[in-house]
Formats: sequence, structure tokens, C-alpha cells
Amino acid sequence: MSWYLVGFIAVMALATCLTRALPFLLFRRGGDHPLMAYIGRYLPPAIMLLLVIYCMQAVDFTEPPYGAPELLASGMVVAVHLLWRNSLISIGTGTALYMYLVQSGLLV
Amino acid sequence: MFGYIPMGMAFGLLMANADYPWYVATLMGLFIYAGAAQFLAVGLLAAQAGLLEVAVATFLLNSRHIFYGLSLMHRFKARGWRRFYLIFGLTDETFSLLTSQPYQPGQDETRAQLQMTALNQSYWVVGCTLGALLGQAIEFDTTGLEFTLPALFIVLVIEQYRSVRRLFPFAIAVVAAVVTFVLGGAEQMLLISIALALSLLLLGRRAGVTP
Repeated sequence: MSWYLVGFIAVMALATCLTRALPFLLFRRGGDHPLMAYIGRYLPPAIMLLLVIYCMQAVDFTEPPYGAPELLASGMVVAVHLLWRNSLISIGTGTALYMYLVQSGLLV
Repeated sequence: MFGYIPMGMAFGLLMANADYPWYVATLMGLFIYAGAAQFLAVGLLAAQAGLLEVAVATFLLNSRHIFYGLSLMHRFKARGWRRFYLIFGLTDETFSLLTSQPYQPGQDETRAQLQMTALNQSYWVVGCTLGALLGQAIEFDTTGLEFTLPALFIVLVIEQYRSVRRLFPFAIAVVAAVVTFVLGGAEQMLLISIALALSLLLLGRRAGVTP
């Protein structure tokens, strides 16, 4: 393992841990405030959806296949998850469909 | 939480595909322990990115975790190394699990939180290792495997909706994303749109539109 790789892992580990520890370092009693409870309840769902959108930002919807693999695979994840509510199956089937669609070149 | 095994395997496969020995994936799962950041790492390693860039990119990508801590602060009663481990292990998935399971009276909450966090990480590390070993053993076309990440987030969106039963946080996210896109902030898109969503949430409360 090269020193670059060791440094890389250390830096990424520290940066990640810092984001998780920051509120605990900055606010000792912030969690009791009603405004914090409000943010804590309603910001996470917004962030999750933003993460989905962020993952899709490289997709070009103006050119063939018009984001069809992403849309179909996302639809698959939603449908399967609503049916069985099992993360493993939902993520697995959605990813398998996506891999098939982009590797087979079916929609290009 | 089983979602972490296939997702970890996907990461391990991508690392093996980039010709790293299997234990690099294991070490990353142990010490970094962040799904999205580790997927980002595959790209950063390929580009041999500078360590400062790695630090900034990781911090921005994981900045959402700041808000996880804010909302769980009042529920973390653990002290010492137990507290450190709960904070270290506060991933998207763990956060989602901890917030969607209501506190039951009489239950040792710290113990339950620690178990959930440790179990989640063990799934993740096992997944990373298995994927890397599998990728070393057989030739595998990993094209499209990166979809594991958005698939996980989609599942988390559904679970979050089941927990809050409100649509406005999602409407706010869409508005924030559209505004960010129009402003053209592609590089820091995630951080800007999260800040926007937070502002909209606060404005909504001020105006009495949201609870």
C-alpha cells in the first residue's frame, strides 16, 4: 500500500468524521430546542431526495436514450420497495436492471 | 440495513476493477465508513486527486451529516468511546434507522443504538471485503454497478416518507434542486441545494405554512 493511499484513506476518514462530529462539538444542548427538532425532522427527507437528484445530475435527458435506463431502474426500485419493503431486494433488482440496460445497449 | 451488503459489494467490485488489493476496500469500510464518499473515492483515486481536494470534496459530500447529528443530539445519551463510536458511525442508513424507530420506554436506548450502528458497519465491511475478493477472483463487467448508490437513496426517500408522512419536505427539495440547477452551481450543487432547502424550511415555519 503506497503512502498516497494511506494518506488518502486517513484524510477521507477525518473529513467524514468531522462532518458527523461537528454539531456535537459546536452545540452542547442544541438538540432540545424546538427549532432543532423541527429541522431534525423535516430536513433529512429533503436531503435524501436531493441526494437522489444529485446522483442523477450527470444524466443527459436531451439525448438518446433520454435517461431511460435511470428512469426505468428508479421506477423498478420504487415499485419493488413498495411491494416488499426489503432494501436488499429493491436495491438489487433496480441495480441489476440498470446494469442490464446500459450493458446490453438495448435503449441506445 | 441489509442494503449495506450489496452496496458494499458493489464498492468492493469497483475497487477490484481498479486493481487495488482486497484489503484496501476492507480498510476503507472500517475507517472511512461512508457509502457515498467511498464511491466518490474510486473516481478520486483514479484521478490521483490531491489530498486537499479529497478533504474538501469529502467534507462537502458528507456535509449533510452535520444535520443528522443536530437531530439526534438529544437522543445520544452515551458517553466516552461509546459516544464517539455512535458519532463516527452516523451514516445515511444508520441515521435513517435510528430516526425511524421510535424510542420504547424501558429499553436501554444507548445499547440499542450501539448494536444498530455496529451491526450496520459490520454488514458494510463484510460487503466491501466480499466484493473486492469476488472482483479479484473473476472478471466482471461493473458498468452500471454505481446505480447501487441512487437506488439506496431512493429506498431511503421512501422510508423517510413513511416516517414523516408529509410531502412538503420533498417539495422543498425539488424547488431547491431546480433553483440550484438554474443558478448553475454544478460543482457544489449538493451543498448549495441543502442550504437552500434549510432556508425554505425555516421560511415556511416563519410564515406558518409548515408545522
